[in-house]
Amino acid sequence: MRHHLVLRVVAKLLIPFILVFALYVQFHGDYGPGGGFQAGVIFAAGFILYGLIFGLDQVKKVAPPVLIEILIAAGLLLYAAVGVAGILLGSTYLDYDVLRQDPVAGQHLGILLIEFGVGTTVAAVMITIFYNFAGRGREDR
Amino acid sequence: MIADHLPALQVVIPLLAAPLCVLLRWPGPAWALATAASWATFGVAVLLLIAVLEQGVLSYHLGGWEPPWGIEYRIDLANAFVLLIVAAISAVVLPFARRSVAVEIPEDKAYLFYCMYLLCLTGLLGIAATGDAFNVFVFLEISSLSSYVLISLGKDRRALTAAFQYLIMGTIGATFYLIGVGLLYAMTGTLNMVDLAQRIPAVADTRTVQAAFAFLVIGIGVKAAAFPLHLWLPNAYCYAPSVVTAFLAATATKVSIYVALRILFTVFGPAFSFETLEIDIVTVPFALIAMLLASTVAIFQTNVKRLLAYSSVAQIGYMVLGISLGTVTGVTAGIVHLFNHAMIKGGLFLALGCVFLTLGSVQLRDMAGLARRMPWTMAAFVIGGLSLIGVPLTTGFISKWVLIQATLEKGLWYFAVLILASSLLAVVYVWRVVEAAYFRPVPESAAEVSEAPLALLVPTWLLILANVYFGVDTSLTLGVARRAAETLLGAAA
Amino acid sequence: MIEPGLYNYWIVVILMMAGFFIVMSHGNLVKKIVGLNIFQTSVFILYISLSKVSDATAPILDEAYSEYSNPLPHVLILTAIVVGVATSALGLALIVRIREAYGTVEEDEVIAQDPDL
Repeated sequence: MRHHLVLRVVAKLLIPFILVFALYVQFHGDYGPGGGFQAGVIFAAGFILYGLIFGLDQVKKVAPPVLIEILIAAGLLLYAAVGVAGILLGSTYLDYDVLRQDPVAGQHLGILLIEFGVGTTVAAVMITIFYNFAGRGREDR
Repeated sequence: MIADHLPALQVVIPLLAAPLCVLLRWPGPAWALATAASWATFGVAVLLLIAVLEQGVLSYHLGGWEPPWGIEYRIDLANAFVLLIVAAISAVVLPFARRSVAVEIPEDKAYLFYCMYLLCLTGLLGIAATGDAFNVFVFLEISSLSSYVLISLGKDRRALTAAFQYLIMGTIGATFYLIGVGLLYAMTGTLNMVDLAQRIPAVADTRTVQAAFAFLVIGIGVKAAAFPLHLWLPNAYCYAPSVVTAFLAATATKVSIYVALRILFTVFGPAFSFETLEIDIVTVPFALIAMLLASTVAIFQTNVKRLLAYSSVAQIGYMVLGISLGTVTGVTAGIVHLFNHAMIKGGLFLALGCVFLTLGSVQLRDMAGLARRMPWTMAAFVIGGLSLIGVPLTTGFISKWVLIQATLEKGLWYFAVLILASSLLAVVYVWRVVEAAYFRPVPESAAEVSEAPLALLVPTWLLILANVYFGVDTSLTLGVARRAAETLLGAAA
Repeated sequence: MIEPGLYNYWIVVILMMAGFFIVMSHGNLVKKIVGLNIFQTSVFILYISLSKVSDATAPILDEAYSEYSNPLPHVLILTAIVVGVATSALGLALIVRIREAYGTVEEDEVIAQDPDL
């Protein structure tokens, strides 16, 4: 892809917007359409585009596979931990009402954290899938 | 305070431990964490069963949303019993896993193995705990996807194809289940099982509900490997790593049978399942064919793991037969065999795991004269085999005794004859292994092998001795199974 | 407004049967995954069709509207879509490894190399 100047420039222009749009979908998801699943996939799309244009080695420098693997676990852990917080604060698993004094604020905080966990895991999983499929068979060459 | 949260903790503990395993990365700590989590879940399952026996049905509202709008974890005797089976088997299998995984799984992938194992456990426990029809699908897929991965980790390249075949069939089964749930939701507007049970009678005469019933039964039949939907099972069990085979054989199909029980008895009710649609006309012949045909096929296998896999198909036939009789005794036989067969097959596959670990093969010809070199392992196999046949003083006998009682109650004495015939076939295939191990000379080319290490023998014998213990003292298994059957049948009456 | 009638459900049935047929009849493992995806997609459409309320709008709170489509099936199917993606990814990963082990992605050629499957 080294010679495709147009692609490289357009990608460089687009990627920041893709990532910002992902964050918009992520954090707007509790009131409007959107949420962790969609945002995670869009966020990962930014990285995958970077990987397609500039090569797998380059994108692995930006997002090392080990870090991505940790993020997969961290997202799921955040999700489960918010649930357990409900239990510890004296209500049931995944009850957001008790996270703050005001139940509405609690629900708001709860869904924000949960969706953030989902988004992290989904983005990391998507990037991992890309790494593994794109990197397959390269080691032996 | 913790006591109120047992239903959620049952599922949440392994769910929390799974990502932690990934973060730990080293095989040793990951194993220790997985084992600790599994023992904790076992503790929770025991407490749950005690709580249910004392207080009756437990209902847990996730997120504080009232059913039928929110997801409800509803624990009655039937699922408390199934939860106990799954948690107990996992608690025994994981200590075995350390040595076995070290040999069969590459070291840098071992922590991912434990993560997948815990996710599979989460899924299986979740299926059993939840009282929401769609939630069952979600947990079903969590357990299925992780079990495809676990199976594909087998060293043989055939494990890949086996996992792929299972993936195709499993996904079709799960999607069928999803269609069924969708059609029910279209007719009733609810997903909560108890709520569904109240609303279905009003619309029971519609074709949509009847189609939903068919989709649900077929979908779950694939997952339970009920004959003739069992085609994925022999390959999957045969080529998976030893630990995975032992765990899945003892739990995965059992949980699916439990879902079938829920659908037939709780959601649709025995009157609809057995009188309106007469499902037993279909399931009874298939169960009988499974008992006889799969046992016969097992006799001709040369790979002992595959032999036991076909025997599993036959044993699932017993469970389906018991359930299809639709009486309290029949369902009791089905449920008690869930428990007993989990212990039998768990123990047998762990014994085979010992063999595979020391010998590197589970082919019948390689096992010639093995009893002299691995006396404890083969003794465990023999006792497990006796239990599989149904010799008195073992758990297998209890299951068959209740099942034969159930058939005689209905005056179906020829079914009892067929059950005995199937047991005779079991004698033949168990004998083939025993004959090879005890009465054939050790081949001269055979490599020097000695007894399996204690770390493997202890879990194996634990399950095998459980076979003997529960074969003598049936108050727990049979008592709980009978009460669970009464709950299932009584709920709709 | 023209009532769509049972049009959606016919599409569901056609897609479902087409997908199911591809899964069963094709020997190419990748095509099997494609068929499986079509099969699953038909179920997504089934759920989404169920949730449609005539003359109602998308389930986003707004003062101008009082009737909304049922959002629950949408949420359910979001979960099912994620499951579908996971299944496809896993299936394709297995196919990659099968190709590395056998040098082919045709089921009959795989079985020819390992007859006892």
